[in-house]
Amino acid sequence: MEKIMPKLLLLTAAVSMFTTLGIVFTLLFETFTFFSRVSIVEFLTAKEWLPWNEKSGSFGIAPLVTGTLLTTAIAMLVAIPVGLASAIYLSEYATERTRKIIKPILEVLAGIPTIVYGFFALTFVTPLLQKIIPGLEVFNALSPGLVMGIMIIPMVASLSEDAMSSVPNAIREGALGLGSTKLETAVKIVLPAAASGVIASFVLAISRAIGETMIVAVAGGSSPVLTFDVTQSIQTMTAYIVQVTTGDAGYGTTIYYSIYAVGMTLFVFTLAMNLLAQYISRRFREEY
Amino acid sequence: MLTMVKEKTIAPTEEKAVVYRTKELNLWYGEHHALKNIELDIYENEVTAIIGPSGCGKSTYIKTLNRMIELVPNVRTSGEITYRGRNIFDPTYRVEELRTQVGMVFQKPNPFPKSIYENVAYGPRIHGIRDKKILDEIVEKSLRGAAIWDEVKDRLHENAYGLSGGQQQRLCIARCLAIEPDVILMDEPTSALDPISTLKVEELIEELKKNYSIIIVTHNMQQAARISDRTAFFLNGEVVEFAETDQLFSTPADKRTEDYITGRFG
Amino acid sequence: MKRLVDHSEVIQHMNGRLVKNNIFKLLFFFATVFGLIILVVLLYRVFTQATGWLNIDFLQNFPSRIPERAGIKAALVGSIWLMAMVAPLSLFLGVGTAIYLEEYAKKSRFTDFIQTNISNLAGVPSIVFGLLGLTVFARGMELGRSVLAAGLTMSLLVLPVIVVASQEALRAVPNQLREASYGMGATKWQTIYRVVLPAAVPGILTGSILALSRAIGETAPLIVLGIPTFIAYLPKSVFDTFTVMPMQIYNWTGRPQEEFQHVAAAGIVVLLVLLVMLNSIAIWIRNKFQKRF
Repeated sequence: MEKIMPKLLLLTAAVSMFTTLGIVFTLLFETFTFFSRVSIVEFLTAKEWLPWNEKSGSFGIAPLVTGTLLTTAIAMLVAIPVGLASAIYLSEYATERTRKIIKPILEVLAGIPTIVYGFFALTFVTPLLQKIIPGLEVFNALSPGLVMGIMIIPMVASLSEDAMSSVPNAIREGALGLGSTKLETAVKIVLPAAASGVIASFVLAISRAIGETMIVAVAGGSSPVLTFDVTQSIQTMTAYIVQVTTGDAGYGTTIYYSIYAVGMTLFVFTLAMNLLAQYISRRFREEY
Repeated sequence: MLTMVKEKTIAPTEEKAVVYRTKELNLWYGEHHALKNIELDIYENEVTAIIGPSGCGKSTYIKTLNRMIELVPNVRTSGEITYRGRNIFDPTYRVEELRTQVGMVFQKPNPFPKSIYENVAYGPRIHGIRDKKILDEIVEKSLRGAAIWDEVKDRLHENAYGLSGGQQQRLCIARCLAIEPDVILMDEPTSALDPISTLKVEELIEELKKNYSIIIVTHNMQQAARISDRTAFFLNGEVVEFAETDQLFSTPADKRTEDYITGRFG
Repeated sequence: MKRLVDHSEVIQHMNGRLVKNNIFKLLFFFATVFGLIILVVLLYRVFTQATGWLNIDFLQNFPSRIPERAGIKAALVGSIWLMAMVAPLSLFLGVGTAIYLEEYAKKSRFTDFIQTNISNLAGVPSIVFGLLGLTVFARGMELGRSVLAAGLTMSLLVLPVIVVASQEALRAVPNQLREASYGMGATKWQTIYRVVLPAAVPGILTGSILALSRAIGETAPLIVLGIPTFIAYLPKSVFDTFTVMPMQIYNWTGRPQEEFQHVAAAGIVVLLVLLVMLNSIAIWIRNKFQKRF
């Protein structure tokens, strides 16, 4: 036992390493195959994504990237202000009791499956928005963007609150002792002191929004167009992968390989964001 | 008995203005009765020291004077504290207003994680002073007032966390001076400092007395004897004795005071 | 003494500051309850849409093209199969990794690397795990659209969550317990197995149940694996093709007929009930075993 167990445990720890390797190699190999058929220059520079057209197909990732960034931007416009405001309320204003009631509710919000949010976006938020914005298409960027933002609020709120709560009380007392209001203490003293953690939470939220699939697949549509019009149907990188794998794109076709190229792009985007978040919280960590 | 280092001159009490008057102050943390029927007058331009063993309520009392105690959950008070004739517990008395008149220096130096300049300019800024020239002037004056100007004048825009503990505490005093308060509360300001830094802060208090009324909580009796004009001895949430410092240390009226200052307990 | 701060101006300025403070306090409060309001609206919508559609037949029927006859039986049973597969596998791998990192591994570049790798893995979008599963399990190992392929993929997906939760639980076990065990002559593994692990079980279980509820609600990786939604039989072994509730709901949501929205809502209610049950168990465990040391 004494000899075997450490080795067995090391083996289980290795699984996570193999998972990462598996992801990287899978994406790399299949993406290579894709680039043997479609030039990487076209992939990066063409402005159209028309994979289904066999004769005059075009594989320019740009429309999928803009679709992703568009929904992500809308989501952030909701999640960052609301999440940060809740974090400030919970860490600076709320009593211990209020905090104990509200935090679990936010956890529930974060625990709802994304398909449920997708359903909510398509069957509730979109019809509601259509009453306000007459030209809004059934599938559009706005509705899933907003709902995705709501889904991400708890993440921003909880991570930012952690960062703000770790600012020592002595510093708060220093500010209050000078006659600061709670608002001034929160915004001018605590927030700057917790900036690294707060910004890292924003970056993680962006990463989460970029990788989110079901909400945009259900309510965003499947029209890869290069647009910044939020009322139009768009397609995100994730929604494209869903569209291809739901349908019957045969194994070995260019379309089949294209999902790996898109997946690779997605992976690079989210990894970059995660590494950035780690860098920010490490590099700018405040020492009190 | 302690020998007095300096000759203290105290004007007759009748002539001195009362800054703070405490009447029948009681305070509870939940069920715990922490302050019992406190009666205490604080005089203008004097240093009032509050001494007593740990847990006697001296810190609680000083934090009540600028209502900082309200940050602790489940605190209840009864009785009255008037500052310059106004009851500080009056609901119309805004705590922010009180705290612009009554500055506070804490047990451990607690500078903001900002530059030295920003630390001092913070107070005046939030109170509406925007003029860069006036701010510069205030910063210099406050840092000089806290006897730290010469040490930091060349690095005003460096982070305050680069300063030593003693320098940080003097910076915190400067930060407090910047809003030109009337009273300065000091809650064991030297307890986290080395002897040399402590000496500097003590000299500074001596200097500040000319312009400010100072209330200092200390667990160090020698310190109280060295720097204060009047001393209150707290025990188990009560004021056992309150007298001129020389008198309290040379001829204590209460047996318990005598026991404490001769080191028999505490 | 020359005064630079005019206190009467300070007092005048204060009114505005206090008003601002109160306005923002209100704003911050609304932001905090905003999520709560949305949650209520969402649940209300789903439940009202599901009423009349959620009944015993719905739980007993297989999917159907006719909304009135559509049921969630295959998906519900499928989700339970998936749980039964993911729970032991991810727990074994996750707790094993955590024990290795916390109890055996010395602080080194290698363990740092594993740790960083795990936190990065936690940030990989679930759909990318789907691509991994599709290539390695479904095609590479020719497991197809089976419970096994889906179970392996989902286990890897929730692994980082379980590792992190278990590490925290192990770290919370006081060192005195370990020292006491060594003091009585126990070996390292005996100490871990008989002392540390039992003390950490509540924390590990709580974290794992939350991870498991994530696996139950995930859709994206299963779409990529090609898990079908129209299945009129139940899996008999882990090699059988199957479906799960989120897939079924996704399918119903996408149908053009209005009625299927109600069917989808009914499906969501069943899914949410299952999740609430899982989470209640987690909370129960947390409360029952809290403050043991």
